[in-house]
Amino acid sequence: MAAELHVELVAADRNVWSGEATLVVARTTSGDIGVMPGHQPLLGVLESGPVTIRTSEGNTVIAAVHGGFISFADNKLSLLAEIAELADEIDVQRAERALERAKSEADAAAERRADVRLRAVTG
Amino acid sequence: MGAQLRVYKRRIRAITATKKITKAMEMIAASRIVKAQRKVAASMPYATELTRAVTAVATGSNTKHALTTEVEAPTRAAIVLITSDRGLAGGYSSNAIKQADRLTERLRAEGKEVDSYIVGRKGVAYYGFRERKVTDSWTGFTDSPAYADAKRVAAPLIEAIQLETAEGGVDELHIVYTEFVSMMTQNAVDGRMLPLSLDKAAEEDGAKGEILPLFEFEPSAEDVLDALLPRYVESRIYNALLQSAASEHAARRRAMKSATDNAGDLIKSLSRLANAARQAEITQEISEIVGGASAMADATAGSDK
Repeated sequence: MAAELHVELVAADRNVWSGEATLVVARTTSGDIGVMPGHQPLLGVLESGPVTIRTSEGNTVIAAVHGGFISFADNKLSLLAEIAELADEIDVQRAERALERAKSEADAAAERRADVRLRAVTG
Repeated sequence: MGAQLRVYKRRIRAITATKKITKAMEMIAASRIVKAQRKVAASMPYATELTRAVTAVATGSNTKHALTTEVEAPTRAAIVLITSDRGLAGGYSSNAIKQADRLTERLRAEGKEVDSYIVGRKGVAYYGFRERKVTDSWTGFTDSPAYADAKRVAAPLIEAIQLETAEGGVDELHIVYTEFVSMMTQNAVDGRMLPLSLDKAAEEDGAKGEILPLFEFEPSAEDVLDALLPRYVESRIYNALLQSAASEHAARRRAMKSATDNAGDLIKSLSRLANAARQAEITQEISEIVGGASAMADATAGSDK
């Protein structure tokens, strides 16, 4: 049986996703990082970006995460984010509108947020 | 209808109307407590994980960070006081305000200046009326606070604690809020957020004595701590806001319940009085008729002679 790690993806006001996974890829401030079962204890700062979770059933869960932390210890991985959305929760049209608006207003932060959402959906 | 009876009837009508209002408020508050409690529960995983992470960095590394080390002689402290926007919640706001007053006094006795930050219209009004200095205040969201509100409250506090004391910064950060224990019990409590006392943080986490693994930090322990602590403050404030909101609704429900009960008692005793007044009126009328009739009878009997 393949080794598994327990993942908790929590936003400030709710638990977004939790379950078993075989691989988690997230973007920290110093680059993308992949965590597999048995990784050494880790605590990192996340950048806004998509997080990819490969579940033990072989599915892939993608979430857009805006800032936060990744912490891994005892085969338990916690992804803490102020805002986190699963790909299928994201309203594509709204994100596209937000992206256009952010571009026209030259709001870099908002543009990045919308961009991350769209990339999480398209994969 | 006699004047006395009319007065009673009018009072009963007025109290019945008030009772309807307080009953409605009671039921609204009761339904909101459940919602607020659910929000508190939903915010717990994040708070717990964050506390764990903060404890891990602070104990697992030898980093000295401005926010975790105690200043030798702290000279200024900030207090965040969380009250409600609306009244009719019994002693809810005044209990929190009293707790803040006690804390302020204690800090002053220790030789610290105190900066007050206030959430909620009731607290702002209290401080405004007494012309006390308020460094910053926020109103309009105590009913159902969102994470963005907590961020707004936390921003100037984080800024103040990062400043040097000589430049107007603060050394300590305290928070006064109303802890939600149960539907019947809510306590006004104060707590120190920063500098972090690690034993306390671990205790809150419920993971006392747990040996934390040696973490690898990405990019570095200092950077992680730099990023973590503001989030930690925000999450603590968010949790305090949510608990206060739940407590506010619980306090309002209790206050409105006793108001409804009192109105019921009043209506009861007033209707007794009204009944007695009506009966007295009837008795008087009967005795007047009887008296009149016998006087008539006496008069006709007299004329017959």
